[in-house]
Amino acid sequence: MLRYVIPLLLFVVLAVFLALGLKLNPRDIPSPLIGKPAPAFSLPVLSTPERQLTEQDFKGQVWLLNVWASWCVSCRSEHPVLNEMAKLNAAPIVGLNYKDEPEAAEQWLARLGNPYRVSIMDIEGRTGIDYGVYGVPETFVIDKHGVIRYKHTGPVTAEDVERVFLPMINQLKAES
Amino acid sequence: MRWLYFFVLALFLAHSQAGVEYREFDNADQEETYQGLISELRCLVCQNQTIADSNADLAKDLRRQVYEMLRQGKSRQEIVEFMTQRYGDFVMYRPPFKTKTMLLWLGPLLFVLIGLVALVVVSRRRRAAAAALPPEKKAKIHALLEEGDES
Repeated sequence: MLRYVIPLLLFVVLAVFLALGLKLNPRDIPSPLIGKPAPAFSLPVLSTPERQLTEQDFKGQVWLLNVWASWCVSCRSEHPVLNEMAKLNAAPIVGLNYKDEPEAAEQWLARLGNPYRVSIMDIEGRTGIDYGVYGVPETFVIDKHGVIRYKHTGPVTAEDVERVFLPMINQLKAES
Repeated sequence: MRWLYFFVLALFLAHSQAGVEYREFDNADQEETYQGLISELRCLVCQNQTIADSNADLAKDLRRQVYEMLRQGKSRQEIVEFMTQRYGDFVMYRPPFKTKTMLLWLGPLLFVLIGLVALVVVSRRRRAAAAALPPEKKAKIHALLEEGDES
């Protein structure tokens, strides 16, 4: 009896591990920045580069930092979702225009709509490195105290907004 | 045949280009640290390549970052910390040994041990089964074996 049960058990264990492995997304790298203060930056604003903004300018509110670029293909699929989300006015979306050309970025927003409260330009990608950006688009949720609470890698879908972002924003808004 | 030649040449060129930028170093040690670091840091976009092997934009930026930090006099350890604080342990091709990565490091050893134990158990059981055979059966086996030799 045992000689049939043991291989069966081994098979079941292996199958469970493999099944779990199939569901994992290797592109999803857990960010070590969750629970840490948002890294400092001081970057020029898109279309008014003489103006600079820092992470301190957004303190006291729950806000989203969305990393985007006009050259980024998946940003395009995400864009309508962000436009819809901006209409809900749940939290300001700040764009981090990553390694882009300002003219191309402005044209992109003019054509597809602008969901951002403001976009800041990280032309050399240094702020991107500080935020551990590796796959544009990425979206960070930052709380009132300037602490990163959540990171989403890849395009945000309407389902993500409903299931993850809105509940999280409401919860963080309720915190003191 | 000529196209094949060009194809092979193009392959070599494509490969040798990645990670080659003109860099000036203060001394040979610094250059060695640089080469060591860029071939230990993972390119996060193309996950099975180091940043030395990859031509991805992010890999270029990370190489620039490593180079600049070295020129500022930062140590190897400081640069590794800088990278893991931003990208996590995953950025290192050789992850550090800690509770979270214990299974990763000791897993192969564990499998070898399981294999050894299984081997010992099975071979003992076989020997015991052979010893437990009644004498007349043993005699029959011997007879059969010898008969086989004659043919």
